[in-house]
Amino acid sequence: MHVATFTPRHATRSLASPALLKWGLIATALGFLGVFLFVPLIAVFSYAFQKGADAWFAAIRTPESLAAIRLTLTAALISVPINLVFGLAASWLIARFQFPGRALLLTLIDLPFSISPVIAGLLFVLLFGRHGGLGPWLIEHGHPVLFAVPGIVLATLFVTFPFVAREVLPVLQAQGCDEEEAALTLGASGWRTFLQVTVPKVKWGVLYGVILCNARAMGEFGAVSVVSGHVRGVTTTLPLHAEILYNEYDFVGAFAVASLLTLLALATLVIKKYVEWRADAP
Amino acid sequence: MHPRHVLPLLLLLSLGGCSKAGGDGSNGETVTLLNVSYDPTRELYEDFNAAFAKHWEASQGRKLTVQQSHGGSGKQARAVIDGLEADVVTLALAYDVDMLHDKANLLPTDWQTRLPNNSAPYTSTIVFVVRKGNPKNIRDWDDLTRDGVSVITPNPKTSGGARWNYLAAWGYALRKPGGTEDSARAFVSRLFKNVPVLDSGARGSTTTFAERGLGDVLIAWENEALLLTHEVGKERFDIVAPSVSILAEPPVALVDRNADKRGTRAVAEAYLRYLYSDEGQEIAARHHYRPRSQTVAAKHAQDFPAVTLFTIDEAFGGWRKAQKAHFDDGGEFDRFSVAQAR
Repeated sequence: MHVATFTPRHATRSLASPALLKWGLIATALGFLGVFLFVPLIAVFSYAFQKGADAWFAAIRTPESLAAIRLTLTAALISVPINLVFGLAASWLIARFQFPGRALLLTLIDLPFSISPVIAGLLFVLLFGRHGGLGPWLIEHGHPVLFAVPGIVLATLFVTFPFVAREVLPVLQAQGCDEEEAALTLGASGWRTFLQVTVPKVKWGVLYGVILCNARAMGEFGAVSVVSGHVRGVTTTLPLHAEILYNEYDFVGAFAVASLLTLLALATLVIKKYVEWRADAP
Repeated sequence: MHPRHVLPLLLLLSLGGCSKAGGDGSNGETVTLLNVSYDPTRELYEDFNAAFAKHWEASQGRKLTVQQSHGGSGKQARAVIDGLEADVVTLALAYDVDMLHDKANLLPTDWQTRLPNNSAPYTSTIVFVVRKGNPKNIRDWDDLTRDGVSVITPNPKTSGGARWNYLAAWGYALRKPGGTEDSARAFVSRLFKNVPVLDSGARGSTTTFAERGLGDVLIAWENEALLLTHEVGKERFDIVAPSVSILAEPPVALVDRNADKRGTRAVAEAYLRYLYSDEGQEIAARHHYRPRSQTVAAKHAQDFPAVTLFTIDEAFGGWRKAQKAHFDDGGEFDRFSVAQAR
C-alpha cells in the first residue's frame, strides 16, 4: 500500500476527508475542461449561428469557402495514404529488423514533432523559392511548388508523417514476432506473412494513426500558412480561410468555417473513440 | 468500416483530388490575374476587380478572373520575391516594390515613373482612432506622448502601415517650431514608450484596439479608420485628424517578369490604368481612399478632413533613405527600442 510509506501526519489528513479530496479534484478537472474546452466550443458555434442557419450556409457556400474545403480535402487525401504506406513500412522495418542507422531513422521520423511548423514551412521556402535549390528550375518550367497546391500538400505531408509510424510501432513491438516466425516456418511467403499475419494484428493501431494524421492534415495552420501565398480561392485551406474572414470583420463567416473545422474534429473524436473501443474488445 | 475497405477508398479519392488540383484556371477564354496586395485593401479590390472584369469583358470580349492575396506589405513583397507569381502588386509603400527590383529583378528600377502620380492612384494619410467621446482628450500628436495614454500601432519592422505611422510622427516633430533630428528622436521614442503591444500588421493592431479593447488611441491609415467606424460601429469610436500628417502613397506596379511569362502584360497594364479612371477613382473614394482625380475628390470632400500633408520625399528624401535611416537593422527604431528594453 502506498499509504504505508506516508508520514502519519500526511496519512491521517488525506484519509480523513477522501470525499472532499475526490470531489475537489473532480470539480477542478471539470472546471478546467469547462473553461478551456466547452466554453470556447460553445462560443464557436454561437458566433457561427448568431445570424441563423441561413447565414451559416451562405458563408460555407461562397466560392472561396468551397475552394478552401476542396483544397483541405485534397491535401488530406493525398498526404494520409502516403503517410499510411510510409508509416506502416517504417514501423515494420524498425520493429522487426536490426540495421545500422535504425536509431537515426527513428529520430528522423520524430523530427516533424520536434520542430516548429513555421520552420518546416520556411524549409520549403528555402528549397522551392525563387532563390532556393530547386525553385528556379521549377518556376521556369511552369511547375511552381511554393505558393501553389503542391507546396501545401508537401507541407501537410511533412507535418503529419510521424503519426502512423508512431502509433503502429509500439503495437508491433509489444506483439513480438512469434506468429510471423510460425507463418514463415509453415511456408508462407514474406509478403503473405506481412499481409495476413502482421497487418491484421496492427490494424487498429494503423487506423488510429490514420485518424490522428487526418485530423492534423486538415487542421494544420503554421507550415501551410508559410507556403500558401494566401491567394484567395486558390491556395487557402480551411484554417487559413477562417483567419482571412476574421481579418475582414466577417465574424459569422470566420466562425462558420471554424465551426466546420470543429465539426471535423468532433467527428474525428467520435471515430477515434469507436476505434479504441473496438481495439479493446477483440 | 473495415480497414481493408478504407485504403482503396482513400487512394481512389486522392487520385480524384490530384486531377482536380492540376488545373491552373488559364484554360479556355478566361484570363486570370494575380494581384498581391497589402492588408487593408481587401474590400477595395473586391469591388474594383468586379468592376474591371466587367469593363474588360465589355471592351475585349474576354472573361477575366482577378485573384487576390492580402497580408502585411513587407511579407507580401517577400512572397513575390520568393516566387509567388503576381502579375501586379498593390503594396503599402514604394520601398517594398523597390525590393522586387533589388532582390529578384522582377521589374525595372524606374517602375514608379511608369504610371501617373508616383504610381499611386489613390492616397491616404495617418489619423487617430479613439474611444467614443474621446475620454483622454486626444487632439494632436503631442497628446500621444503624454503619461497614461496607451497607444496602439503595429511593428514598423514588419508592417508598412506602421512605418507610415512612425514617419508621420517623426515628420510632425521635425516641423514643430525649433524641431531638430534630436527633438524628433526624443518625441518618437517617448511615443513608443506608450505602446503596450506591437502587432505584426495593420489589421492585427486594429483588431487589438477594436476587438480586444486595448489602448486609448489607435494610429491608423485613414481608410482603415473610416472602415472601422463604418463596419464595426460609429457608436464605439471617433476619428481624430491631427493638425499635420504624412501623405501616404500606396503604389501599384506591374511585375514585368511574371506578366511576360504568363502572357498577361496587356491586361495587367489595363488593370492598373483603370484605377485612374473615373470609375476606379470613385471605387477608391467609396472605400475611404483619397482619390487623385479632382472631380471625384470634390464629390467626396466631406469624407476627408483637411489635414496639412507632407510627403516622404520632402521630409525624408524618399523611401530608400527613410528605410535605411529608420527601419533597417541598427537604424533609429532599433536604437531606441533597445534603449527602452534596458
